[in-house]
Amino acid sequence: MITVSSLLDASWYERYRRISKLNIRSSIYDVTNQCNLRCKGCFFFSSNEHKAAREEMDLTRWEAFIDREKARGVNLAILIGGEPTLHLDRVEAFYRRMPTFCATNGLIRVPRERFPDLMLGISLWGDENDEKKLRGRDTFSVSSKHYAGDPNVYYLYTITPRQIGRTERIIRRIRDAGLKVHMQLLSNDEGVDGFDWRPEELVDIRSEMDDMLDRYPDTVISSKYYHEIITTGKMLGRTFGWKECPSVTEPLDRRDPRPRRLIGFIRWASDLKTMHRCCTSETRDCTTCKDGAAHMSWVMVNKRAHIRTTRDLQNWIEVYEMFAKLYQFIPW
Amino acid sequence: MGNDLQAVMLRTAEVMINELKLEDVTPETFDPDIDLVDEIGIDSMDLATVALVLRDEYGIRFDEDDYPKLTTVRKIAEYILARKKAA
Repeated sequence: MITVSSLLDASWYERYRRISKLNIRSSIYDVTNQCNLRCKGCFFFSSNEHKAAREEMDLTRWEAFIDREKARGVNLAILIGGEPTLHLDRVEAFYRRMPTFCATNGLIRVPRERFPDLMLGISLWGDENDEKKLRGRDTFSVSSKHYAGDPNVYYLYTITPRQIGRTERIIRRIRDAGLKVHMQLLSNDEGVDGFDWRPEELVDIRSEMDDMLDRYPDTVISSKYYHEIITTGKMLGRTFGWKECPSVTEPLDRRDPRPRRLIGFIRWASDLKTMHRCCTSETRDCTTCKDGAAHMSWVMVNKRAHIRTTRDLQNWIEVYEMFAKLYQFIPW
Repeated sequence: MGNDLQAVMLRTAEVMINELKLEDVTPETFDPDIDLVDEIGIDSMDLATVALVLRDEYGIRFDEDDYPKLTTVRKIAEYILARKKAA
């Protein structure tokens, strides 16, 4: 029987042990159906998820709901929307009760006196031109001023095919603002012209992402194995898709055989009753889904499959560390 | 108790090997004190799978809050025996 310590030297084994018992149990919450942007390619609006449920307006019901979520074992609340910062009282209800991550477009500044160490992931879809084309405005110019130098903020840089060869300038701007960045790929749910990935483009962007990680290791939070998985959709000879995805809402998961998955994972709509199918759009084609968190989780739940060679296990550790850093379970 | 413990440890190891498809190990060669998380890489989903089989077999309930304590085959076997005794 292959053991972990037989594959790792002392330094890597220590890294493994730092994360091996974290037991992260996440769920995702649509904080609101509203947003102050309308981005082309945003799955929430393109698939009408903003109409899936009537938003719960009573804060006391949110608080009771969060207490129930905590009681069923959730120890990481991932807040999305819509734009969560439009309802800071709801964000605060999560933040006061459990480890919380908040995705935001960064246009509204989260007051740090009220949320001193809330981890924020600011969405960014490219340079000024792509931002204007896809989101209607250059959000970076606003968000980077709001959060310059903030240690609990990073950019969630959604790379589009048009960004190939142009990512470095963006990474540098983020570095110069004293912030960090995590890269993911656009799934282009709306089929916006020129934003679909071609196979050769995925090869190119993988190489570029690797290069950015090598050149900006203090700014880029990533791993080359993650780049491989997200650009190829392959892991240990297996192909990502509906039969493999770990991020399906558990009570709605009728798959047989059931794959390895996130235990207790639910994506809740803003009425606090309706459950969405998965961490992203129900209308998305799973065979082309590029969701970064789903791919990270795919690796993370398949730990024992990686206990076969030293490199495989190191790859698993790097992806898990990346996730744990992005959600504040371990420091940068 | 000693024989009981030995038997439950062997059966626990056997269930673990079968359910998790562990290779190159038998119930007899499975070190009952090896750390299941730190050395074999078992996670809570694995443990839940094993617990489901053992629950039905021994007629006891595994409390999910106790999973973090069940770090070796010996500790799982002792947990089973304690639960049976308390029942």
